[in-house]
Amino acid sequence: MKKVIMGNHAVSYGVRASEVKVISAYPITPQTHVVELLSEMCANGEIDAKFIKVESEHSAMAACVGASAAGSRAFTATSAQGLLLMHEMLHWAVGARLPIVLANINRAVGPPWSIWTDQNDSLSQRDVGWLQIYCESNQETQDTVPQAFKIAEELQMPVMLVMDAFFLSHTYEIVDMIEKEQVREFLPPYKPDIKIDTADQHSFGNLAGPDHYMELRYMIQKAMDRGLDVIKRVDSEFEEMFGRGYGLIEPYRCDDAETILVTSGTVASTTRVVIDELRDEGVRVGSLKIRVFRPFPIEDVFEVLSKAKKVAVIDRNISFGAHGIFYQEIKSALYGRTDIPIIGYIAGLGGRDITPKVIREIADKAIGDEQPERYINWIGVKI
Amino acid sequence: MKAPRIPMEELMGSGHLACQGCGATQAMRFALKALGPKTALTIPACCWAVIDGSFPHSCIELPIFHTAFETAAVVAAGIKVGLEMRGDSETTVMAWAGDGGTYDIGLQALSGVAERNDDIIYVCYDNEAYMNTGIQRSSSTPVGAWTTTTPVDNYKKEPKKNMIDIMAAHSIPYIATCSVAWPEDVIAKFRKAKEIKGTRYIHIFTPCPTGWKFAPELSIQMARRAVTSHVFPVLEITEHGQKIEVWKDFEPTSVRDYFKPQGRFKHLTDEEIEGLERDVEQKWRRLLAKEKMMASIPGME
Repeated sequence: MKKVIMGNHAVSYGVRASEVKVISAYPITPQTHVVELLSEMCANGEIDAKFIKVESEHSAMAACVGASAAGSRAFTATSAQGLLLMHEMLHWAVGARLPIVLANINRAVGPPWSIWTDQNDSLSQRDVGWLQIYCESNQETQDTVPQAFKIAEELQMPVMLVMDAFFLSHTYEIVDMIEKEQVREFLPPYKPDIKIDTADQHSFGNLAGPDHYMELRYMIQKAMDRGLDVIKRVDSEFEEMFGRGYGLIEPYRCDDAETILVTSGTVASTTRVVIDELRDEGVRVGSLKIRVFRPFPIEDVFEVLSKAKKVAVIDRNISFGAHGIFYQEIKSALYGRTDIPIIGYIAGLGGRDITPKVIREIADKAIGDEQPERYINWIGVKI
Repeated sequence: MKAPRIPMEELMGSGHLACQGCGATQAMRFALKALGPKTALTIPACCWAVIDGSFPHSCIELPIFHTAFETAAVVAAGIKVGLEMRGDSETTVMAWAGDGGTYDIGLQALSGVAERNDDIIYVCYDNEAYMNTGIQRSSSTPVGAWTTTTPVDNYKKEPKKNMIDIMAAHSIPYIATCSVAWPEDVIAKFRKAKEIKGTRYIHIFTPCPTGWKFAPELSIQMARRAVTSHVFPVLEITEHGQKIEVWKDFEPTSVRDYFKPQGRFKHLTDEEIEGLERDVEQKWRRLLAKEKMMASIPGME
């Protein structure tokens, strides 16, 4: 069945289809619709889950940690300050190897207050050990929820689903709805071997000396390494069942492209429009959407980009004192294997629109600039 | 106090990592005797995060989830719901936190849990300072005490926060205080708490020889004198905060005798001790007056 729904509700319906058992959340714009609909679903029995309405995002993640450790499938959603407040417990979920799924609606961080989109909230959580998947459409968002749980539960690692505030969260699109009866085949109920259980007592997370700690961290990295294959496999299983797959990355008209624009989130769709325009003009250009950011698909990215003559990365984020964060990742993925120029562009911070015109400007600059010297180019700054 | 049968079964083994004479260790032993094997624990940063033992050892034969400092209450709530949703509604879930994790950093999450009346037992074992990090003041540290952050020249001037009133203000179904000097009372209160649904708050007074600077063999004596000197009243609050019962069936002793063996009060002058004695007595009178007043409210007799 197809319905016209907003991006936030695509998350809620994905959660419903995934038969989540415990939800815990705290209100924050622009995420709030996700959990509003979920509390309605909990109240009217559409979903057999308990909703813990906590007093902060820190507690939202802590409640998910407890519920997941007890062996139940747990979910939360947040944005910006909320995600930052969760930071400590994001680490806890990773160290405790809990397959929690979190939907983060990308919102710019204050001050000054901003409710509009950019990626600095989720990207500032880059190193905590959560898998991160950036979604582009409402359909992809809904479909990514059960995928995320399947990936998380196989790897015993938490997964963050990320989407743009307003450009996606509040935008209505046609979504082919997935239902739990169908999804159950794809995502069986969560039954972990090790959990809080009085019949099988363990002390979880107690003091580990230097003799043990490093091995536990090594195992987390090994799970991340395995993650790329697991994400690919889960995605193709989903595609087999539902006819839709998304991959780790999505190249668009890259085969003979001399210049490739690297994007993520909703910017990817706008960029494809610009690519078509440029192609019509005879310019050999393509784009590459990064869907999975952690673990970073180095080999897949390299395979696509290494055939180009120039790479331009559009970052809706900034690592102050360095560069755009996707830019750094791309540079690191290509380092030592090719000397293609990689140019970084910062655009759309705090929800400033990245229109086809803006992308065209970036493409023109990237294509025209024969010997780029700068790694960071600000687009549209009025100072 | 009625003496219940104390189970022989031990859920806390030897080989723990506590200091000699640790009150918090005895508190856990008694609590687990009362709660029995269908119990799961969560412990935040506190002495007990270490006492449990280091990986791969644990001195407790129950599932324990170690968690971040400020999250004991809400993680316990998450565990309870998580267990229920996978078909286990029998297990009692207990958050076991120190005074720092209760009075200070964990207060917000605890307030959230209490306001929602989440179905857990929350225990504050109170040793009146951040003992695990090396004796820093918490908002539970009593007025007059030395700690490493309230040095003798600037000892703690602020009174201990009234955690019991804070919890009573949340209208939870059961609040109790107890002292490790009366194991039978500790056990009786945990047994009672186990049978109640909703948020139950138990506050155990647990002397700390290391932090209070007294000889380990005096631990129980300190736990007893704190009560008999009226410094730490033993009480129960039921009827969602409406009914207070204060235990008074003991021979009162002086605050001075309670302070004397403790190095943390050594710097206090006679005059200062007299002032503190007056404060303690005044608080005790207020508590008794409140008990009486609450009982006199129509409908509460």
